[in-house]
Formats: sequence, structure tokens, C-alpha cells
Amino acid sequence: MNAAIPFSAQLINLFASVILLLAFAMLAQRRVMALVNLFALQGLTLCLSTLVVAVTTGQTHLYWSAGLTLLLKALLLPWILHRLIRRLQVKWEVESLINIPATMLVGIALVIIAFNVTQPISELSSTISRGTLGIALASVMLAFLMMITRTKAIPQVVGFLAMENGLFLAATSATYGMPMVVELGIALDVLIGVIILGVFFFQIRDQFDSLDIRHMEKLKDN
Amino acid sequence: MISVSGFLGQIFAIALALLLAPLLSGWVGQCRAWLQSRTAPPLLLPYYMLHKLFHKDVVLAHGASSLFRAAPFIVFGCMVLACAIIPSLSTDLPLAPAADAIALVGVFGLARIFISLAAMDVGTSFGSLGGRREMLVGFLAEPALLMVIFTLAMIAQSTSVATIVETLAHREFVIFPSLAFAGIAFTMVSLAENARVPVDNPATHLELTMIHEAMILEYSGRHLALIEWASSLKLYAYSCLGLAFFFPWGIAERDNFMALLAAIPLLLFKLAIGGFLLAGIETVSAKMRIFRAPEFLGTAFLLAVLGLLVRLMLESRV
Repeated sequence: MNAAIPFSAQLINLFASVILLLAFAMLAQRRVMALVNLFALQGLTLCLSTLVVAVTTGQTHLYWSAGLTLLLKALLLPWILHRLIRRLQVKWEVESLINIPATMLVGIALVIIAFNVTQPISELSSTISRGTLGIALASVMLAFLMMITRTKAIPQVVGFLAMENGLFLAATSATYGMPMVVELGIALDVLIGVIILGVFFFQIRDQFDSLDIRHMEKLKDN
Repeated sequence: MISVSGFLGQIFAIALALLLAPLLSGWVGQCRAWLQSRTAPPLLLPYYMLHKLFHKDVVLAHGASSLFRAAPFIVFGCMVLACAIIPSLSTDLPLAPAADAIALVGVFGLARIFISLAAMDVGTSFGSLGGRREMLVGFLAEPALLMVIFTLAMIAQSTSVATIVETLAHREFVIFPSLAFAGIAFTMVSLAENARVPVDNPATHLELTMIHEAMILEYSGRHLALIEWASSLKLYAYSCLGLAFFFPWGIAERDNFMALLAAIPLLLFKLAIGGFLLAGIETVSAKMRIFRAPEFLGTAFLLAVLGLLVRLMLESRV
């Protein structure tokens, strides 16, 4: 029954499942440091899965994007975030608007929706990794959910980056990755985005003595 | 149709379960002691304990009804039945059609209901506290266990435990990501169900934290012995179930008596490793507050559901 799936596709499926698992772990994580570590782990898994696709299909540009993923998402961005957390001296536990078990249940609903939506699309695709399209959409939505439910700035940024991870997985699984120019552009955007947001963190903290996003609502003109 | 070797295998499985279960508990206790740098208790401690308890008189509380006296026997019977159904040595079990995997969860549930009722029967505050906590843990653990079983049943296209294990043991090597999810979920459920450390501590009588011990405080003599034996049997049953589902290699097939004999040392080896890992988990994790238990089991449920979904999404296409 499963003999028809080649071994490389099994490996890709395994890595995709690990990415989904890590997305849930990030959703449930209470500590900021652990959140960043989970994000780094997700980047590493993404790199491995891209590498397997690259080896199987022989697409050379996928090697580049795997290397880029490793460098940027598994090493550089977590390092920047670690430094930011240390310099901001934030050790608080992550607060979330709805409690964690409820978030997880919403997460399961999102996964079901994502799987249902992508089922017909992945039937059309002919790539070796088409089964993971649903997982990619699910991790995008889970990262989105994380951005919505967290009130502090750093988890929101991690959610944003995790969303990018999901998009990258979707691109690899549906079409063997985007063109190199687009990929480089996105990578640079994400990097610059994190650096700018890092500056914002300091501004927000100086202004409100806290990184709670809810304070920003007071900025409205009346 | 019951073959001779099937009949022998069945008798053998039950006898081995009854004999080995206290040894497994003793082994886990010993590993825990080693890992925590304490002097280890003797490996055969649970046997001495059972021997001592069976020779003591039973002291019954004034308000104890017949339910209180019957419960240890019912619980013990349920656990023996569970051990008989689970293919620990061979998948050729004449008793296996008595209950499929879903009914097996029901057998565990029956035992839980009776021991909780018996705990409330005498009317002590500790008893009802333990009973209520046990039901809380149970009602959260059962759906997760069922989801794990559904995932496996979808792989094997059957809910019979023997068929599932047969299918899993005799397939070519395929990576099932769903099995990994199900395996983690099953481990978490087993920890909760067997009153192990993150949820309950079997070695404590600290009143605020105990669950299982609170329920059996009023028992003594042979009743207590039966309950202790039943809880080691439960641990043995869960270990064998996990081994059969996730590490099924070496379990004997139909009409193969030599394989049955060969399966025994392999089972002992796997149980020894499993017991050591269980002691390791118990050593590195701290006991949770009781209000964190729903979150722990909710995570197990989530993982099991994810396993099911991943199975549907990734592995169902031909």
C-alpha cells in the first residue's frame, strides 16, 4: 500500500511532519528563549527537507536555498534574536490572550482546514513532495495564530519568521522553490525586517517600559 | 479454531504476565534508585511485598460495602484479561477475538471505574479525592489513547490488536511519520495511566499530590496485594502494548512454536530497556501540579490527532 512512495518522499514527509510538530511546540511554548530555539530547530529541519528535495531532483538552485536557509534561519536570525533578548533583558514568560490548550484546539481546527483546502491542489501537482503542501499551509496558519494570540513583541516577530518558514516549505513542495532572485530578495527582506524590528523593540520599551503590544493602542489620534 | 500451539501460547502469555509484572515494577524501581544515586532496593521487592500482604489479615472499614471487597478482584481480572489480549509473545491468541483495541481501552476503563467507586465507597475524604482525580486523568487520557489506536487501525485496516501487530511486524521498512506522533502520544498517556512521575508519584504518600495511592489507602491484606499486583500488571500491559505497536519485531506468528520460544528473551530484553527508559523519564521530569495534568494530556491528544491527520494527508495516497 505504501510501497509506491519512494524513500526520499518518505524522508520529506517525515521532515514536514517535524516542521508541523515544531509549529505546534512554538504555539504551546511559554518561554521566550525556548521559542527562539524552537524556531532555529524549525529552520534546520526546513534546510534538511530542502536538501533532500535537491538531492532527489538534482535542482542545483535548491542547494543554494538550503544553504541560505541554514545560514539565515538556523544560525543568524536566532543569534540576532538571542542577542536582542539578552540586551532587552526580557526573561518573562510569554503571555497569550487565550490559554494554551484552547490555542492548541484552534490549531488542530486550522490544520484540518489547511489539509482540506490543499487536498485538491496537491492532486494537481506532480512534484515528489506534493503531499507536504497541506503541512506548509498549516504551518503558515499556525504561525499566524501565534502572532494573533501573543501580546508581546518578540513572540510576534518569531511568529512572523515562522510564517516565512511555512511559505518557503510551500514553495519547495509545490514547485521546487522560487527563482533565485525572489528567494534572495525574501531572505534579505526578512533579515532587514528583523533588524528594523530589533530597533523598534528598543523604541517601544523606551516609550512604554514594556514590550506589550497592547500599549500601542493608546497611540490613536482622538 | 484453536490450535494447540495457540492454546499453549495463550496460557504461556498469561503466566508470563503474572510472573513478570512484579519483576518489571521492581526493575523500574531499581533503575530509578540507580539514576538518583540511592541504594537500590532488591529487584524482587514486589514479590516479597505480595508475599507479605497475602499473609496478612484484611482490615475492613465500618462502612465498607460488598463493592469495596469485590473491586480488587474485578480490577485484577480486568488486568489479566488485558494482558491476555495484548500480543506480547505471539499474535496467535485464542482470546484475542474477545476484545479489539477499542474494547481493550474499555477494559482499562472498567477497572478504573471500579477502583474509583471503591475509593469513594468508604467515605474518607482522601478516597473520594483520589477517585475524582483518577477520573479526571482517565477521561483525558482515554480519548488520546483511542486516537493513537485509530491511527494504527488505519494503517492495518483493522481494530483487532493481533491484526494490527501482525501488519506492523511484517511490512517492509517504511517511515511512518504518523507512527512517531502516535508513539509520543502513547508514551505520555502511559505515564499518566500508570501513575508515573509527571502526573503522579507512585512512591509518595504526600497527601496533596497523590492520586493512585489516595484511592487505595483503605485497603489492606490480600485486597491490597491484588491491587498492587494489578497495577504492576497494568504497567506490564501498557509496556507490552507499546512494544507490540511500535517495536513489533520478533513477535511470533501463527503456528510457529520455536519463534514463540525465541520471542521470550527478546521480550525480556525490550522490557528491560523500556523499564530503564521509563525510570529515566521519571528521573529527569518533575512532578506536575494536578492542574497541569489536563494540559499534559491535552498535548498527548493533540499529538495523536496530528498523527491521524498526517496519516490521512501524507500516507493515504497510493
